[in-house]
Amino acid sequence: MDLGKDLVAASTTPLVLGILAEGESYGYAIIKRVAELSGGHLQWTDGMLYPVLHRLERQGYVAAKWDASESGRRRKYYRITEEGRAELAAQRQQWNAVDGTLRGIWMKVCTV
Amino acid sequence: MTTFADQQLENQIAEWRAYVRRRQALHTPDVEELEGHLRDQLAALTEAGLTRDEAFLVAVKRMGSLDKLSREFARAHSERLWKQLVIAPETDAPANTGRNELFVVLGLAIAAAIAVKLPALFGHLINPNAEFPLFYARNASLFVFPLLTIYFMWKRGSDRVRGLWFAMTFAAAAVLANVFPFPSHSETEVLTVLHLPIALWLTVGFAYVGGRWFDNAGRMNFVRFSGELAIYYVLIALGGFVTTLFTFMMFRAIGMNPDSFVAGWLIPCGAAGAVLIGSWLVEAKQSVIENMAPVLTRLFTPLFTMLLLAFLATMAWTGSPINVKREVLIGFDLLLTVVVGLVLYAASARDPQAPPDFFDALQLALVVSALVVDGVALYAIAARISEFGFTPNRIAALGENIILLVNLTWTAWLYARFLSHRSSFARLERWQIAYLPVFSVWAAVVVLVFPPLFGYR
Repeated sequence: MDLGKDLVAASTTPLVLGILAEGESYGYAIIKRVAELSGGHLQWTDGMLYPVLHRLERQGYVAAKWDASESGRRRKYYRITEEGRAELAAQRQQWNAVDGTLRGIWMKVCTV
Repeated sequence: MTTFADQQLENQIAEWRAYVRRRQALHTPDVEELEGHLRDQLAALTEAGLTRDEAFLVAVKRMGSLDKLSREFARAHSERLWKQLVIAPETDAPANTGRNELFVVLGLAIAAAIAVKLPALFGHLINPNAEFPLFYARNASLFVFPLLTIYFMWKRGSDRVRGLWFAMTFAAAAVLANVFPFPSHSETEVLTVLHLPIALWLTVGFAYVGGRWFDNAGRMNFVRFSGELAIYYVLIALGGFVTTLFTFMMFRAIGMNPDSFVAGWLIPCGAAGAVLIGSWLVEAKQSVIENMAPVLTRLFTPLFTMLLLAFLATMAWTGSPINVKREVLIGFDLLLTVVVGLVLYAASARDPQAPPDFFDALQLALVVSALVVDGVALYAIAARISEFGFTPNRIAALGENIILLVNLTWTAWLYARFLSHRSSFARLERWQIAYLPVFSVWAAVVVLVFPPLFGYR
């Protein structure tokens, strides 16, 4: 099952913020985590994550810093900010609302 | 241990990196971040049993289309498509020299401002209520050009001999401009004011090309530089104008009169410093931003051609002759100068290898119509030149007219040959480039020879 493009795009921000809420991370690890969480249903083009991260950084939802990785190369690490947590909470409410509404309609469709 | 295969992979990554770097929306740190991702991916894939080649292919494929990626980056950083220059140096290494250069330029700009104010110590004051002292007009280029020359010598590197030549040229010009005993309202003095900068601009050009004067590309770069500097200077001057207006408005609001500050300090120091700042901007942005002069050329070549043709048609239709007044020759000189400028800047932006196109035909039409208009004007003037008598102004203007006429006639010939595929565009470009010093040499003649020749009148 592949998810629609719009749905993938819409879920990107809450997913990235959610993963970063678990702790500081970097691009490659975030993508691995997404694959893990979605059981492979959510397939991102790897590169596309970075513009998203940069946009979130601009909006102040995440903060980034360059640090050494275990291989010795420089790596950019991202962590969620207070604003990011607030945004995540807001998005979560919105998704819950959508989810709740959909569930309501699924139930009806099933019972009919 | 680096094996051959590792090395091969490194080469592949380097190639990929170079390819990504070409994207304007992706800055160096972004490329580094993406490369880090690519390497993590490669490590994971080879660990899973893929060969290096396979891993590389998969990793690059997973990264996605670079076009899409750079579009997304551009959306996330919309300012990147508007190239930022002065504010954000892009990479770390050149930033250092960039900062050094900024300090050198600021120092030279301040030096230019001080140079303008030095004569005030010797009684050459600028008084807003009195007539503007011609001393400053005569020496205007001498306040600024030597410092500009120093900037280019610093930038391009220069030996002592060349520096000495430059110093001697400027010293000689300074002496000449100030020892000639011009009476007040002397025609030759005004000629000196107008021609000295043109003559000395050649010296700046020598410094600009840094010893590559006989290399056409170097000289063409100087032409490009001059055009861009003129445009930047006008822009800076506009900003300066606004600043001046605000200075007046605000200080008058508190009952102070900033007249003498504006006339004596703000405008002269700003005008001198702006030349250096403008030059530095042109130097810094030459590889970053589209040149403006060729764009303006493209805009105005058709307009000027139409103007000239309309003028000729009207004159032929009405039969009214050119009303020969005093300034008419200078007016037509300026017209030809504009046309030469249009030809020069069109050439500066043109690929010499490209075949002739419609714009080249338009250029030829422009040059030919300018020649015809000037021919008509010259005919009218020649008919009455004996009535006017030979004043220094008229001889200077006539000399300039002839110089421009020669340039444009040969240009028209070369354009015609180029359009009929009998000659290359490079020849036309070489002609324009080779002709440049003639303007400065004539200006130098006017400065050096005219005042004594005409008894400083």
